[in-house]
Amino acid sequence: MTIQGWGLILAFVAVLLLIAKPIGLWLFALYEGRRTPLHVVLGPVERGFYRLSGIDPAQEQGWRRYAVHMLLFNLALLLLTYALLRLQGLLPLNPLGHAGIGADGAFNTAISFTTNTNWQWYSGEAAMSNLSQMLALTIQNFLSAATGIALAFALFRGFARRQAPAGGAIGIGNFWADVTRVTLYLLLPVCVVYALFLIASGVPQTLAGSVDLTTLEGARQTLGLGPVASQEAIKMLGTNGGGFFNANSAHPFENPDALTNFVQMLSIFSIGVGLTYTFGKAVDDTRQGWAILAAMMLLFVAGVGVTYWQEAAGNPVLAQLGVAGGNMEGKEVRFGIAASALFSVVTTAASCGAVNAMHDSFTPLGGMIPLLNIQLGEVVIGGVGAGIYGFLLFAILAVFVAGLMVGRTPEYVGKKIEAREVKLAVLAIAVLPLVILGGTALSAVTGAGLAGPLNKGPHGFSEMLYGFASAVGNNGSAFAGLSAGTPWYNGLLGVAMWIGRFFVIVPMLAIAGSLAAKRHTPAGAGSFPTTGGLWVGLLVGIVLVLGGLTFLPSLALGPIADHLAMIRGQLS
Amino acid sequence: MAKSQSMFTAELIAPAIRDAFLKLDPRQLVRNPVMFTTAIVALLLTVLLAVGNDELATGFKLQLVVWLWLTVLFGTFAEALAEGRGKAQAASLRDAKAELKAKKLTGVADSWEAVPATRLTIGDVVLVETGDLIPSDGEVIEGVASVNEAAITGESAPVIREAGGDRSAVTAGTRVISDQIKVRVTVEPGQGFLDRMIALVEGAERQKTPNEIALTILLTGLTIIFLIAVATIPGFASYAGGSIPVAILAALLITLIPTTIAALLSAIGIAGMDRLVRFNVLAKSGRAVEAAGDIDVLLLDKTGTITVGDRQASEFRAVGGASEAELAEAALLASLADETPEGRSIVVLARERFGQSGALPASAEVIAFTAQTRVSGVKLGDTLIQKGAVDSILKANPGLGETAAATELRRVTDEIARAGGTPLAVARNGRLLGAIFLKDVVKAGIRERFGELRQMGIRTVMITGDNPLTAAAIAAEAGVDDFLAQATPEDKLELIRKEQQGGRLVAMCGDGTNDAPALAQADVGVAMNTGTQAAREAGNMVDLDSDPTKLIEVVGLGKQLLMTRGALTTFSVANDVAKYFAIIPAMFVALYPGLGVLNVMGLATPESAILSAIIFNALVIPALVPLALKGVAYKPMGAGPLLARNLAVYGLGGLVAPFAGIKLIDLVVGGLGLA
Repeated sequence: MTIQGWGLILAFVAVLLLIAKPIGLWLFALYEGRRTPLHVVLGPVERGFYRLSGIDPAQEQGWRRYAVHMLLFNLALLLLTYALLRLQGLLPLNPLGHAGIGADGAFNTAISFTTNTNWQWYSGEAAMSNLSQMLALTIQNFLSAATGIALAFALFRGFARRQAPAGGAIGIGNFWADVTRVTLYLLLPVCVVYALFLIASGVPQTLAGSVDLTTLEGARQTLGLGPVASQEAIKMLGTNGGGFFNANSAHPFENPDALTNFVQMLSIFSIGVGLTYTFGKAVDDTRQGWAILAAMMLLFVAGVGVTYWQEAAGNPVLAQLGVAGGNMEGKEVRFGIAASALFSVVTTAASCGAVNAMHDSFTPLGGMIPLLNIQLGEVVIGGVGAGIYGFLLFAILAVFVAGLMVGRTPEYVGKKIEAREVKLAVLAIAVLPLVILGGTALSAVTGAGLAGPLNKGPHGFSEMLYGFASAVGNNGSAFAGLSAGTPWYNGLLGVAMWIGRFFVIVPMLAIAGSLAAKRHTPAGAGSFPTTGGLWVGLLVGIVLVLGGLTFLPSLALGPIADHLAMIRGQLS
Repeated sequence: MAKSQSMFTAELIAPAIRDAFLKLDPRQLVRNPVMFTTAIVALLLTVLLAVGNDELATGFKLQLVVWLWLTVLFGTFAEALAEGRGKAQAASLRDAKAELKAKKLTGVADSWEAVPATRLTIGDVVLVETGDLIPSDGEVIEGVASVNEAAITGESAPVIREAGGDRSAVTAGTRVISDQIKVRVTVEPGQGFLDRMIALVEGAERQKTPNEIALTILLTGLTIIFLIAVATIPGFASYAGGSIPVAILAALLITLIPTTIAALLSAIGIAGMDRLVRFNVLAKSGRAVEAAGDIDVLLLDKTGTITVGDRQASEFRAVGGASEAELAEAALLASLADETPEGRSIVVLARERFGQSGALPASAEVIAFTAQTRVSGVKLGDTLIQKGAVDSILKANPGLGETAAATELRRVTDEIARAGGTPLAVARNGRLLGAIFLKDVVKAGIRERFGELRQMGIRTVMITGDNPLTAAAIAAEAGVDDFLAQATPEDKLELIRKEQQGGRLVAMCGDGTNDAPALAQADVGVAMNTGTQAAREAGNMVDLDSDPTKLIEVVGLGKQLLMTRGALTTFSVANDVAKYFAIIPAMFVALYPGLGVLNVMGLATPESAILSAIIFNALVIPALVPLALKGVAYKPMGAGPLLARNLAVYGLGGLVAPFAGIKLIDLVVGGLGLA
């Protein structure tokens, strides 16, 4: 480990803490439906949308209505994406003449981009036409991100609602208004600026398919091009992570230099950290938001520490052979160990899934942290919206387990946590281990499943485990090494992604609805304190105990066994 | 009822052991999903023991099976033990109820017929004479009697029960020890106070409280999550080229699921109710006990709670040219027939101060206090002496308010009020004589109690009929947070509604019929046992000792119940970390020998590690039974320090303790050569 390495990590954390409040305030304006400076220009567009589709943005929806509209919207997008991918061979803007995607592949990819996962079994440059990249994938990147943020808003409202508005039941907002506002006033404007920055840094933005050139050695080479910058911006900001190219952010056309790398990492986390502040504003106590951010940051820095330490230490077997300077396998020399370790933890802590290095090539424990991040439910900052609503589910359970210890029935930010909330939170949290472990176990005992991993032994096991974790967690990063483009994995992982997204969302929205209807209890000296160090520690503990213990056996058989073999000098 | 009872006497433990086996009935067991799962796993292993075929030694598997069954039995034993204590109390209550006979009035003159108490219905009127047991709950409609209520309260000093007013309720099973009364039956047979009390302490009516239900859901959820974690291991193991015997997987599952808290959960609830009962407070539901822990606002009646029962006359303040002796004499005459403690204190003061003997002539006509006029007094020939609150006296004598004496009186009464006293005006034949200074004496130590409540985040509101000035002075002296002066029952109800609308939970106590609506509205309403039947019906708790100060303790008991649950849940979940470190290496070391380094406790063999974890998991249940039954130590303090303390003891303790415990058991297991 180097001072520069830690300097990078600390600078990253410092900048994050600085941007949390301004971004949170901007999001809060959207949450409240307040005017922003952008309304001057975009206000008419927003109203035009509502008029066109006959939506009254002020009409509150109950949680069921909110959920149904959200599901229908996502289902429609799913079908649209599927159709575009299947038919791309017949559609324009296909300079390289790619054929339509096969049924299982299109199914997998359509779900993948609808669920904000962006798991890619294919190589973008070798499979997708420009039309598919722009119309199917990039649009999904925007709308799946907007959906996530809208859902977080809905849950915030559940906590924040004090009493029913005159003459109506208590709702949790209007899905259409939330999605429209988030897309129009946040994602689109930021992405325009962001894409211009990337273009200035050398990222291509063109409708041309490729260039042929002669390399220094005199060989002929074809370089894939396309509308990269525009997709790259939302890929990061919306924690989507689906690369234009197979190499993702390791590719110099996606992520050319140290500055773009830093900005890309920041943009993955920016909305996530902002939402913690927005939550605090929404419940009228910003300390609540800071406490959550503090717990997330503790988990994050600990994770980065382990990965950086392991990667910098490298493989002792190779060290004995005289390879010095840590583990550089699968990393880009222009980023180095610290920036690659940091990126890997950022992208898995959030449900982004973009990679600038190959996680499969990390040391076993270095690669375990990204895996564990995903298994915990990507609640460390997390995907846009999904991170904070996932974390709040843990907060509900933490309050319930420990809240009793102050001699009151548990309450969180003024809302009592009772049987219904506990039931729904447990339901949402149990989905993860069921599908991650179940899918892995199933693949471990079937021929089709066993054909996937590249390696044998515990490392091969890690590859399968990571694949399912990544799908269920809607991360989308690949450990690599897993040949996932088969009907078995395309089908199973597609289902896993759908369950991992919507089987968490629906119970979560039900909690929002149930909380919204509850009386607000003002906090007093006898209330369970949900700010301050004790609470932060408790949150970290609950996330690790509930999340971690479930996966300990699988981690023991994967990365931990792998690591122990490595330090004993065995290479699997 | 025995006030204190040792927890582990032979006569409690023996039946509890028997009941522990009876409670293995699947229909009962299924109510507790975690223990039900444990029982199923134990049953599965028992069957596999007979027919199974793996490489594990039979002796090892036999021990596993035994300890799994013991885990279940320890749980049922804890519940049986908690219930047993209630059952002993119920038995003594049954004795009180056993042979109740009634003298049912036939309606013709005073003639009655003897009927068994079980045949009395609502509206029947019974005669109860000296030495009789009161056959049914009811309202005294005629007469006054002293009643020994030791059968239900454990207090042998007799209490007065009389027709009308707030002391008219009588309870079946109590004995009239002097005089006779007529009682109108107010409950159907089998639904009386005694019946309810028996059902309550026996736990027959016990239903899971809302918080218990929520906790059970969480525990079930954890069980499902760990079931997933364990059920997928065979698949993983097969990838690694090995297999894990079912017995080992079962052991891992049982140690991971929260058996500790699940086994003790119902015992905690029963013991919590039991603590209240032994505190002589009957909660009509477990929900009420939980609500007590959540209380934000405590409404306390001034008299009897904040101040010692009764006000004492301490001064005569004459006005309008009357002499102090003149005032004292009039006050004495007006109070001679007044049996209230205040009235008596006026008589005492007048006699001490002016040596007036004063007896009421036979011709005297006593004017009783009524709620309408709020004035009492006496009429001697053509002399009328009136005594009452200042406003009431002025109202009763129109025109008096304009006089100079009235102005002076107002000044005097303001002084008295500001000093925390209550002024009582005296008038003779429409002429104001002055005011009696009734002094309120604030109870010793009450200020500190309110300080503790404030630390716990509970706001205290004093309820009093006094005027605002007096109320403010007493409130300041007693250290309450707020007060409601000149409170009518409607004001009380209004205040409760207002607090509840602000999201706060309110507790109060009361005894009169006019308290009933407020008692019913409050989240915790403690009715005094001496109170009216209406009040006792409206509240969700009844204090058998009729001590309003107890409301404070009731809140503490509610908090203790919730804390005990939280502490043991946290402990149970934190335990899992150590158990993982015992079992994971033992389970996987054959697949990947390198995983042996995870055996941080240095447990002797894989078998010994697994057995030790399962033994620890079982033994921790009986070890925690005393804590579950007594409740965790509770001192009033703010939520922050309380959480820090409990988290350190039960969270951190739960993390560390099993490492030591499992290691210790491993040494014993190794020493005895068990595995």
